[in-house]
Amino acid sequence: MSLHIPDTQVCLWTLGHENPSSLATYTAHGGYEAIRKILAEKMPAGEIIEQVKVSALRGRGGAGFPTGLKWSFMPRDYVGDKYIVCNTDEGEPGTFKDRDILIYNPHQLIEGMLIAGYALGARAGYNYIHGEIFEQYQSWEKALEEARAAGLLGHDILGSGWDFDLHAHHGYGAYICGEETALLESIEGKKGQPRFKPPFPASFGLYGKPTTINNTETLASIPWIMRHGGQAFLELGKPNNGGSKIFSISGHVNKPGNYEIPLGTPFATLLEMAGGVRNGHKLKAVIPGGSSAPVLPGEVMMDLTLDFDAIAKAGSMLGSGAVIVMDETVCMVRALERLSYFYYEESCGQCTPCREGTGWMHRIVRRIEHGQGRPEDLEELVRIGGNIAGRTICALGDAAVGPVVSFVRHFRAEFEYHIENKRCLVGA
Amino acid sequence: MLSQEALAQIDQEARKYPAEQRQSVVMSALRIAQAELGWLSRETIAFVADYLDMPAIAVYEVATFYNMYDLEPVGRHKLTLCTNLPCQLQGADRIAEHLKARMGIDFNETTADGRFTLKEGECMGACGSGPLCLHNNHRMHTHLTPESVDKLMDELK
Ligand SMILES: Cc1cc2nc3c(=O)[nH]c(=O)nc-3n(C[C@H](O)[C@H](O)[C@H](O)COP(=O)(O)O)c2cc1C
Ligand code: FES
Repeated sequence: MSLHIPDTQVCLWTLGHENPSSLATYTAHGGYEAIRKILAEKMPAGEIIEQVKVSALRGRGGAGFPTGLKWSFMPRDYVGDKYIVCNTDEGEPGTFKDRDILIYNPHQLIEGMLIAGYALGARAGYNYIHGEIFEQYQSWEKALEEARAAGLLGHDILGSGWDFDLHAHHGYGAYICGEETALLESIEGKKGQPRFKPPFPASFGLYGKPTTINNTETLASIPWIMRHGGQAFLELGKPNNGGSKIFSISGHVNKPGNYEIPLGTPFATLLEMAGGVRNGHKLKAVIPGGSSAPVLPGEVMMDLTLDFDAIAKAGSMLGSGAVIVMDETVCMVRALERLSYFYYEESCGQCTPCREGTGWMHRIVRRIEHGQGRPEDLEELVRIGGNIAGRTICALGDAAVGPVVSFVRHFRAEFEYHIENKRCLVGA
Repeated sequence: MLSQEALAQIDQEARKYPAEQRQSVVMSALRIAQAELGWLSRETIAFVADYLDMPAIAVYEVATFYNMYDLEPVGRHKLTLCTNLPCQLQGADRIAEHLKARMGIDFNETTADGRFTLKEGECMGACGSGPLCLHNNHRMHTHLTPESVDKLMDELK
């Protein structure tokens, strides 16, 4: 069966070309033309930001915040250094798209950071790369060298008189550093503990300087927008949800992987592209936006389109676009046990409700899974969740509560069966 | 304590940051030190602190915060298997059992001959290629099967 894969690839279009990651491949297909034009015409920063606003590009890192609006928060006439920071600390379980951008199209990210750096008046940019992908840290540094040698980075870029440089910073194993202010602390050489906001990074960011942080896929979309116009990007997707988006689909599908498709594509289409549920099994549940997004029953998911607004309306989040698929063989208690352990393990320990609460939630789910659950446990889980959500410095607390509350809500009978019968409903 | 090459690598990394922000290089410095010495002892941490002109406690805080630093000796080959949900759904548990059986150890243990350490890891941002593991923090092995695990282990002397 051949599937029609629409020609709407913004970030991963180099796939299928020879040497997809090389500078030559990128420039042969219009790469670096956008920044050339901007520099040659001395395009006003406001014009770039306006195009990004028109495009309805929303942050691809999880929160879906409008990128053009975020960029407009940077102080324009600030005297002193400013920074642009790229977030490739891809650690949200289920998400593996930014790694593919580094592997297959590193130069588009470089060009995106150049354009952002120019539009925001930054003197330099850093790309914070997830600890576990050292090989991509090294290969992206190679791409930087290639760009530097071609006069695209450093002093007097393309003879324009503009100076700007980019560097990679390597993480070393801490999910919390994906949170943007923890990430800044980490670049500064500290423990990655999130900062209290305000002040926001646009006024007090890296080294106390105005800073904009964007996800890898967000920044890699910028050259496409500048080349084809914000309106064209908007039209790839749907109103308020511009563009295509990379969906990382994992779990019980025949062909896990990344699929870059327009926002607003039905989930059923993505599932079909991924070869359907493995072994012809029945779809049970889907986590639509990375492990922090509330789980949805399969039949609810089958009726949804993949865009920020539709998924939010159904009570979950599009998040990072990480779609975790579970078939009928999955014990939801066991799945939640693993997820709740993750948040407990990764809580940075700064805020009491999260540090203590994630441990409590994990221990309760674990005892239910191991046949020691108590009748009052489900209420207790929801109560603890209520005491964490909204009471912490960063959103990790909420992220930890989302799975717990939604698993219990949608699959309550399974949890109750575990508590009453000390064993699993699945396969019983 | 660290070789000239390691110090040169640290200095190279330090050039990425403004001169007055030398502390920014601490994560790389610890990584480079660990790659050379196998793990981070108190003495190594103190040495790095000295080299970067940082209080030892500040470096120790960093070394203890990030999961990939080893504060105790590990085997020559540390394999960190991702067991988070997407990898679990794709069969990581079966791989975990196989690794444990072949090595004769549990997670967070080292074989008596000092050859292998087995660790459990969190999502490594490559779930589509799971189950997968990381060899000595820097090399990823994807699409693991019991057979490919056997082959990998045989290659790691
Ligand atoms: C616990 C936690 C983990 C996060 N992890 C990531 C991540 O791995 N990658 C990412 O881009 N954003 C992550 N974020 C979101 C960032 O804080 C930030 O919103 C994002 O990088 C902004 O970029 P965007 O507007 O382009 O999405 C995380 C947030 C939280 C609270
Ligand atoms: S869950 Fe294993 S790499 Fe993401």
